[in-house]
Amino acid sequence: MSDIRVDITHKTEPAEAGFGDFVALLKPRVMSLVVFTALVGLLVAPNTLHPIEAFAAIVFIALGAGAAGALNMWWDADIDRQMRRTARRPVPAGTVEPGEALGFGLGLSLIAVFMLGLAANWLAAGLLAFTIFFYAVVYTMWLKRATPQNIVIGGAAGAFPPMIGWVVATGHVGIEAVLMFALIFMWTPPHFWALALFMNDDYTRAKVPMLTVTHGRRATRVHVLVYTLALVPVALGAGLTSIGGPVYLAVALVLNAIFVAGALRLSQRTEVEAEADRYRAEKSFFKFSLLYLFGHFLAFLIEATPWAALLRSQFAYWGL
Amino acid sequence: MALARDHELHRRRFGRNLGVALTLVAFIALVFGLTIAKVSGGGTVQAFDHTYRPALDPAIGGETGARE
Repeated sequence: MSDIRVDITHKTEPAEAGFGDFVALLKPRVMSLVVFTALVGLLVAPNTLHPIEAFAAIVFIALGAGAAGALNMWWDADIDRQMRRTARRPVPAGTVEPGEALGFGLGLSLIAVFMLGLAANWLAAGLLAFTIFFYAVVYTMWLKRATPQNIVIGGAAGAFPPMIGWVVATGHVGIEAVLMFALIFMWTPPHFWALALFMNDDYTRAKVPMLTVTHGRRATRVHVLVYTLALVPVALGAGLTSIGGPVYLAVALVLNAIFVAGALRLSQRTEVEAEADRYRAEKSFFKFSLLYLFGHFLAFLIEATPWAALLRSQFAYWGL
Repeated sequence: MALARDHELHRRRFGRNLGVALTLVAFIALVFGLTIAKVSGGGTVQAFDHTYRPALDPAIGGETGARE
């Protein structure tokens, strides 16, 4: 009898990826925000589009965003592995090979850009290509590991979808599209810095130069307040363009008042207070930031309905 | 190691193949729908029929030929 024994229970190969693992590469939660903001950008635009063309455009914008997410996961596998929040992503978990993620991301990027060009127009496709490039190369490969301003500049990638939606419908970039872009761009830093305040250990372990790591939590709290205050005129300014109106302005006033109050509260808190209640205020500010963005875009959408137009004409009748 | 017919690997591969198949079907349906939407939205298209037609000559006030 041979002395050689083979341990058949020992796993030598990484687990084979399932369909769900490839879906996870697309960052579905980020994608849902992209779909929503792009859809609003498309629906509030003055031009109307055939429903199938609009649907196809949204699908390809979402695919492009997902492709950028896959490229991000391919490049960031080393730091994702060290962070609690991201360690179970398909590449660091070993279910998807890095090469597969790269091929998947590149292939989907090409399909998404080319198909959006055919479905809508080539300006929208060019903007989508630039968004993917900006997120995968400028943010992921360069800024994220180089500067604490990473999410300030990198936030542009997440701000493009409503602009692309607008361009899909109109064929050009208008002031409304720029303001929707600016709204998300200015919202991103307080949103992510609030997350970094209670996830700081993750970023320190992965050596990602988030503001909390490089300048400390005190400075981050001040930055959250400054950026939140800078966000207010952008949010209210959008209400004075053709996509705004009384409904939007009322919603924006309430949401901005709560957001500024939250940022003020964060700026006054000490680390001892934050640790004592396990960063409750930081976590609630982070959660509210999601509602803040959703509320603004929902208000844009409401303003585009005939009901809001009726309300506007009534206000005009009353001389308001 | 012998793989049983219902090994976990088979289930995973079946799931992946099914997902790819459904995605492809959805993509084909989307492109088909998009084609129909584009074609029906473009009005009547007149192809060049190798014969000079003054009605299609923009130089003398005719249509460009792309749409009616």
